[in-house]
Amino acid sequence: MPELNTSSLPDLIFTVLFFFMMVTSMRDVEVKVQVKTPTGGSEIEKLERKSLVSHIYIGPPSKQYRAIYGAAPRIQLNEYFAEPDAIREFVISERESMFEKDKPLMKMSLKIDQGVQMGIVTDVKQELRKAKALNIVYSATKDKNEK
Amino acid sequence: MGKGKRKVPGLNQSSTADISFILLIFFLVTTSMDTDSGLPRRLPEWNPDEIEQEMKIKERNVMTVQVNKNNEIHVKNGVVNRVIDISELKDLAKEFIANPDDNPNLPVKEDYDIEGYGVVVTTVKHVISLQTDRTTNYQIYFQVQHELSKAYSELRDAWAKKTFGRPYAQLDDKTEQPIVRGMYSNKISEAEPKQYGTAQ
Repeated sequence: MPELNTSSLPDLIFTVLFFFMMVTSMRDVEVKVQVKTPTGGSEIEKLERKSLVSHIYIGPPSKQYRAIYGAAPRIQLNEYFAEPDAIREFVISERESMFEKDKPLMKMSLKIDQGVQMGIVTDVKQELRKAKALNIVYSATKDKNEK
Repeated sequence: MGKGKRKVPGLNQSSTADISFILLIFFLVTTSMDTDSGLPRRLPEWNPDEIEQEMKIKERNVMTVQVNKNNEIHVKNGVVNRVIDISELKDLAKEFIANPDDNPNLPVKEDYDIEGYGVVVTTVKHVISLQTDRTTNYQIYFQVQHELSKAYSELRDAWAKKTFGRPYAQLDDKTEQPIVRGMYSNKISEAEPKQYGTAQ
């Protein structure tokens, strides 16, 4: 029986590899604000189902955007800087893109920089309440040394 | 010999497929490992009429945690009224929530019927009121939330061990965990931030 020619197998797999590399890096939105989330201990939980989670970033704009947007903390929704009153529309569009049965389970992950002041955070929370997106997660990293 | 030298032996490529497989698996694993984590919270329903509504709660049932613009944490309840360090907050909160010694200055303990378990004596009416200034630092706020959350978790864990013989995380999430949550239910209320001065 003639042996199967496997000389093209590496190329094939490399193609798959490149495909995955491209897709995974492309799906993430470019974060235009600097966010260093706070660290916590035992109370930090992992977010299980990514499809239920929408992200809101709050932090000072990254260096290349400072000239246009200044250094004061801004809100980023999807790929754009936004004002708090745009959150309701954002929530609605995010909710539209979900399955019907998942809609009540929607979670908003608030990725907020440590140095931000509470004023902007509260504005965002009030808008989320108005938009009936009540499940929120204060995004944080788990510090394993902390009890 | 001369003819044989010109012929370059082919590189053995049989392992290239395995190498690229390993790379592929590495990428698959690392990209899915990048999960988000955080402190889950539930916001109260938006009710435009309630803003000016004065809540009538007995003084002993309220613990006010105020984080001012200088990021000082001021705690006020029936027994404490001072600026505290973040490390003290958890124990103060635990004492307030559980009221183990039936202190008349701490929340009143009442009979409370938990569905599926029965009547327990607990501080159903306690409220922790968390107040911040618009210029309070988010990190401090987060730590306060985290400590309060930890206070509830530790109380639940202790009660779960006493009642069911297992820590909270090992209980059945459909039947037993709601009972424990009913015993010590999360009553953190967040007021609108106001322009407070430094702590009185």
